[in-house]
Amino acid sequence: MPMRLSILIAEDSPVDRMLLSTIVAKQGHRVLTAADGQEAVELFQEERPQLVLMDALMPVMDGFEAARRIKQLAGDELVPIIFLTSLTEHQALVSCLEAGGDDFIAKPYNPIILEAKIQAMHRLRRLQATVLEQRDLIARRNQQLLDEHRAAKAIFDKVAHAGCLSAPTIRFRQSPQALFNGDLLLAAQAPAGQMFVLLGDFTGHGLPAAIGAMPLAETFYGMAAKGYSSTDILREMNAKLKQILPVEMFCCATLLDIDPKQGSLRVWNGGLPDGYLIGAAGRRTALASRHLPLGVVSPAALDDKFEHYPLAPGDRLLLLSDGVVESRNANDELFGEQRLLAVLDANDDPARLFDEIEQALLDFHGQQHDDLSLVEVVVSPEVITMPSIAPATAHRSRPMDWSIRLELRADSLRSGNPLPSLLQILLQVNQLRSRVGEIYTVLGELYSNALEHGVLGLDSSLKCDADGFKHYYDLRQQRLQALVDGHVHLQLNIKTSPHGGRLRIGISDSGSGFDVSRALQAQFGSDRFSGRGLHLVRQLSDRFDWQSDGRGLSVEFAWQAEA
Amino acid sequence: MTITSQPSTDGQELTISISGRFDFNAHQAFRDAYQRQDVNPQRYVVNLQGTTYMDSSALGMLLLLRDHAGGDEADIRLLNCNGDVRKILSVSNFEQLFVIA
Repeated sequence: MPMRLSILIAEDSPVDRMLLSTIVAKQGHRVLTAADGQEAVELFQEERPQLVLMDALMPVMDGFEAARRIKQLAGDELVPIIFLTSLTEHQALVSCLEAGGDDFIAKPYNPIILEAKIQAMHRLRRLQATVLEQRDLIARRNQQLLDEHRAAKAIFDKVAHAGCLSAPTIRFRQSPQALFNGDLLLAAQAPAGQMFVLLGDFTGHGLPAAIGAMPLAETFYGMAAKGYSSTDILREMNAKLKQILPVEMFCCATLLDIDPKQGSLRVWNGGLPDGYLIGAAGRRTALASRHLPLGVVSPAALDDKFEHYPLAPGDRLLLLSDGVVESRNANDELFGEQRLLAVLDANDDPARLFDEIEQALLDFHGQQHDDLSLVEVVVSPEVITMPSIAPATAHRSRPMDWSIRLELRADSLRSGNPLPSLLQILLQVNQLRSRVGEIYTVLGELYSNALEHGVLGLDSSLKCDADGFKHYYDLRQQRLQALVDGHVHLQLNIKTSPHGGRLRIGISDSGSGFDVSRALQAQFGSDRFSGRGLHLVRQLSDRFDWQSDGRGLSVEFAWQAEA
Repeated sequence: MTITSQPSTDGQELTISISGRFDFNAHQAFRDAYQRQDVNPQRYVVNLQGTTYMDSSALGMLLLLRDHAGGDEADIRLLNCNGDVRKILSVSNFEQLFVIA
């Protein structure tokens, strides 16, 4: 069924104009007529006809110029222009097309050919209209998607930046779209003073990767704030991802547990490229992937063995996503591991390494590259102050007088960390909330002292160098696995008076005891890998006592009643 | 990218061969290769002889195959990996899940 169109005829010869109008009107189209180019352009503006039949040579304004103007006025819309011509020279016909003409028809007019051309042009019009409609739809949808991404990112940032990514010791580069590329960077300060850093890379892109990041971040921050160990956090993250992700999705990740006070680093890398521990003097240790990524194996099959390294203030930790080595430039060349290693080798000032890597990537790509994450942590002796976990409640505290006593025996010493639960109990005491970090540190030191030196009989002087450090933790693992007898007693006493109150922590163990005063003396020595614990405990607490046989210690935290 | 699958004469083993890039675009073809209705193999071989490149979604597809083949009970061998492919498999420690030769 031929379409009826409104058609503008521009022709200076009245006879030809009349003839053509009659043919076109007979075919059922609405006809507008103009006697020269100028008139044609004006009529086009007023009536917006759908197709133009244009004579080439006319007074006032010729057809070429009129065609150019009409095309300009039509914009994105296709208004086909068919030139009416008795011209036969090739150059003249080419000029018609160059001026924006879509076709031409030679005089004298054959009505059948003319109608066929009109209908063919109309099909082109419809095609063009469909393309424009789809283009606009895609643009709208894309804008919508970007808006949604922005909103989702804002929500996620509230969760992701709950931690200490903004700490002065952390530097990172991640594109704003990183979340939707599956990259995830989290950092949290644990109550006991360690810093946990997680760099993750989900398989796949877009929403699925971003959705997986959410529970991972919540688990990470929630557990870190409650004082769980990096091993506990790792196990929980793996279990959660295994439960929620489809089989083909997983998250390559490196988890760093940086303990500046103990001078130790624990690393677990499942599927990310080598990270690096870089000493102040430039010595470089690769932190290689030893495990399957998170979310692949069941909780029971997860290998949660961390690697231990000694740390000194000024050491740097560098983690990168596979986007760094796998990025390609415009010539489809791979950045590759060799280029990265060359940058690392060429570096003579670790403080500038981060900039040098960024520069090398920029030089290679010629522009900022989006799909990669890079993070550097400088080990600082100062612990960043934690914002308090929970704001103190408004009501006045009631008088209290209670104690709890906990005895942990072999199986529980092997399998769990009792400190987070104890901390939750102590957080019920409002007056202790502001000191939760110190209390946790002290509890942690006391517990690991009792377990490692008391129950397991480990000698901290083993940790005198990097190899000894590893040996110490291997031995700890072995003895813990083999443990049959042995216990740690923990006692917490809370007592308030009209003037204030105090928390007393008592700890004892089944080990053979040690010479406390000598241990305290030794800790002022130069040895940086061991024996910091007791000194720290004494510094942080308000009172510190020990039994003469060295098998029990007690510590107090006191507070004054509010005026 | 071309993916073909060939059962052994006794039907006990299915060999899936992948040539070219093993990435997200191979998803459907790879599924079709191991979900063939005409065989019920006990063992799988993934022949990576002609595989020039592999990305993390390919690792995901291997996990799908493993799941299909019985999870922890699956008997899957990945053969003829070139250096780059082997590197990708080893960074993710997939040798803990698959026999890689």
